[in-house]
This record gives sequence, C-alpha cells and structure tokens, in this order.
Amino acid sequence: MADPLDKVTLTVDGIVVQVGPGATVAAAALIAGLQTRVSVSGEPRAPLCGMGICFECRVTIDGAPHQRSCQILCAPGMQVSTARELP
Amino acid sequence: MIHDFDIVVVGAGPAGLAAAVTAADCGLRVGVVDDNPAPGGQIWRSGAHLPAAARRWKARFAAAHVVRLQGWRIVDCPEPGVARAQRNDAEIGRDSSAADGTSLRYRHLLLATGARERFLPFPGWTLPNVMGAGGLDAMVRGGLPIAGKRVVVAGTGPLLLAVAAHLAARGAEIPAICDQASLARMAPLVLQVLRQPGKLWQGASYRWTTRASRYLTRCWPVSAEGDSRLRSVTLQRDGKRWSVACDYLACGFHLVPNTELASLLGCRLEHGFVATDQLMQTSVPNIWCAGEPTGIGGVELSLLEGQIAGLAVAGRTSDAHRLARGRRGALSFARALHRACRLNPQLRDLASHNTIVCRCEDVELGALLGRAGWRDARLHTRCGMGPCQGRICGAAAEFLFGWRADSVRPPVFPALVSSFLEPEADPMTPREAV
Repeated sequence: MADPLDKVTLTVDGIVVQVGPGATVAAAALIAGLQTRVSVSGEPRAPLCGMGICFECRVTIDGAPHQRSCQILCAPGMQVSTARELP
Repeated sequence: MIHDFDIVVVGAGPAGLAAAVTAADCGLRVGVVDDNPAPGGQIWRSGAHLPAAARRWKARFAAAHVVRLQGWRIVDCPEPGVARAQRNDAEIGRDSSAADGTSLRYRHLLLATGARERFLPFPGWTLPNVMGAGGLDAMVRGGLPIAGKRVVVAGTGPLLLAVAAHLAARGAEIPAICDQASLARMAPLVLQVLRQPGKLWQGASYRWTTRASRYLTRCWPVSAEGDSRLRSVTLQRDGKRWSVACDYLACGFHLVPNTELASLLGCRLEHGFVATDQLMQTSVPNIWCAGEPTGIGGVELSLLEGQIAGLAVAGRTSDAHRLARGRRGALSFARALHRACRLNPQLRDLASHNTIVCRCEDVELGALLGRAGWRDARLHTRCGMGPCQGRICGAAAEFLFGWRADSVRPPVFPALVSSFLEPEADPMTPREAV
C-alpha cells in the first residue's frame, strides 16, 4: 500500500488529476470538470446525494460503465471518463 | 463461499458500529456489510473535524473481532437467514480471485441502514453544483476543494448548521443558511437543546463558526439559475425574493429513513419508520433495526439503539432493558426534531409543470399531475423506475402528492448478474480491508 501521505494521480477524461488519500472518484471528477453524466433528456448532471443513493455520479472507471463514483476511492493510474454528450 | 454469522449488521454508521462492537464483545460471530468506503456512516464520514465519540467508536470497531465487508452492499435476501452481498468495485480492476458477490448466512440480522436526505424539486435543482447539504459535506470530506467557494445552505433541519459550520471551517464562504421552518416550530427543539449541555455546546460552536453567515428562518430557495452549472440561487422569505450568487447550493429538507431492506424482509412500518419493540426487534423474528430507520433521532439515540440490539441479540436481556429505559428520554428529542422539520405546505408550489421530479428518468411534474398513485405514476411515466429505484423522487412524491411506495422487490439496488452466479471466493482475501 502506498504511503498514506502520498498524493494519488489519476486521469479524468484525459486530464491528470492529483488528489489526497481517501479522495473519492466523484471529487476527482468535479476537480477535472463540471459534470459526471448526461441525463436521458440530455441535461448535464453532477453528484447530488454524495452517499451512493442517487446514481447521478455515475462514471466509467477503467472501462467499467455506470460506477457510483462517490462510493469508490481514487486509485493510482485510474482512468475515469464522464459523459459529455447524449448516451 | 458462504459465511456464517450469529449476527450480520447492515450499515456501519453509529447504530451499526455500536451494535457490532457490543455483539462482538459478547462473543458473537459478527459480520458487518457497509456500502461506504470507510466505516462511520454519513454523520461520521472520514475527514477532519470528527467529534471525540466518533473517534472512540471507530477505534473500538477497528479493534473488534468482526468480519468487515466494507464497500459492499446487500442486494437481496433470497431466503430467511441468507443475505446476498455485492462488492461495489466488482467491475473495476476485475481479478479472477475476487468474487463479485457472496452469501452471508445469519441467525440474526440487524438493519442499521441509516437515512438519506429528502430532496424537493424546484426549478434548477438538477443543475450541477446543486447538491444535498449532507451531499456537499460528503463530497468535501471525499476530497472536493471548498476553500474560497460561495455556498448557500438551505432546506430544513439541524444538519444545515452542522454542514455550514464544517464548510466554513474549511474556508468556504456561506452567505446564507436558510431553514424553511419558523422560529415557533423550532422552539421545542431549541428547548431540548438548551437542556442538553452536549448539544447546546455543539450548536453554539456551529453558530460561532458560521457567525459571518445570515441565518434565516421561514426562508427557502425558489429556483437555481445557471447554464452548464449553478451561478445563483433565488431565495424567498415572507413573500420577498432576492438572488444570491454562489458556486454551490447545499440543499436538503431533513432526512428520510432507508427502509427498503426492512420492507423487502416484510418488517412492519409505522408512519414510514420501521416498527420495533423495546429491544429493537422488528415484527419479523430475528430481524432487528436500530438508528434512523426507527425514527430520526440523531447520533446519541442511534448509539443507544445499536447497543440495545447488540445486547438483546447476545441474550443479555436485562442489560438491554436497562439501556432501553434510557432510550425514552432520547426519544423526546426525536419528537421535537420531527415537529421542527415538518415541511411548510407552500413548498409544494416550488416545482412548476416542466420541473423534473424523477432525475433518473427525467419525468416532469406535469406528467405526474392527475396520476392515481405511486404505482400508477411508475407504470405510466417511468417515475421512480431508474437506477435509484425511487429513493430520491419517492420522498418528493410523498410530500407533493401523498403517495407511498407500495412494495419493494429484489434486487434492492441495481446488481450484477455475475454477483449472483459467479463461483464464490472469500471476500476478504482478494484485497486488504479499508
């Protein structure tokens, strides 16, 4: 396990983001951009509940779609992609 | 592999921690399943500014002889005595030795599933950076930088002041804290707080930390404005409206209990809360419930209920009864809290025809008008049929229309087929416990 004082580096939509230990993927996504997903009618959406209930924070993590980013911690080298346009 | 436990605790907030530690101290085999990345629930989420009680209970939990499934959630209870759990990161960095799901066999099941915020729809509430009050707090504890940001905190309940104080301590600028309740409604709660030195000290220190912010009663947001994200919020008080520029709106209208698992198991609900006896047993034998699902009462009551349930499950009935007597006093705070947070009927008029109510399926208010009930609305509009399964819009629809969800079906959260089917391995071996 990495030194807990170390920063974790990951990418969100290709943007390199550095976060502290224990940071969630949702926080990293909002540091890199404005939204996490696009709604069924095309609205930009970002986290609402912060606790794994609302599913607004869904992103793709290392190729796995529909991950609740607020409940998953950042890991070194993680590749996160948010939705930028209609699904 | 199937794991065998005397008691499986669902949720590692104050109630779950207290129950797990108490049961383990009594020598029971305890398993804890918690959806969050770390124990503590929402109120004791990781990060700085945790009260001493939180540090103490977390330390006891860390030292307790307990099997922890941290970052897992229960998705089904397929038969009595068996719960099915799925790992949250099952699809990420998939390694073949790690099972996506596992079955937990239990003699007793304790539901310490906590509460979520109630959200009410108003124009602009779906904009990015409009979050729950607890929601923004959780995001900040999860690493979202907040220093120098302008945050309007609104909604109802004591959580607002706690969140505002935490954000202010982290360097946020809080122009206003708005509670929809009137001072008269809050009075019984304030009296309760005055009688309890601990709560009084906490409340006073929160207000001191937020002394630069206006604290407004009878005040609520009527709309949030922005383009791709929030730019400002329009507040209303006594018929007067004004606009406040901000980066975030942290808005939650008190809490609603997470009762889905209890409903699935057939536990009786009363006024939306899980009914229990004095020792926290539900209407279903060997299914117990502690904390916010039995009534929103805060940390102290949750800790008490967790300990009562832990002792009762371990057969220490007289000790459990002794603690249960102390619970009665704590319940009066819960009742005052309930009254203080009752919603002003004017809040029903916030949403207009084209305001989205169901954020998963983008169902607007206009589509719901005239529907006969929750089930009718679901069938005709897909309201509540998205991945959150009505957890967000359900509480709003209950306030707007008086609709109640009539049934809960498995899986209680969207689940992977593989978490039911794949060969199982020990969930604790593939990665280190958090």
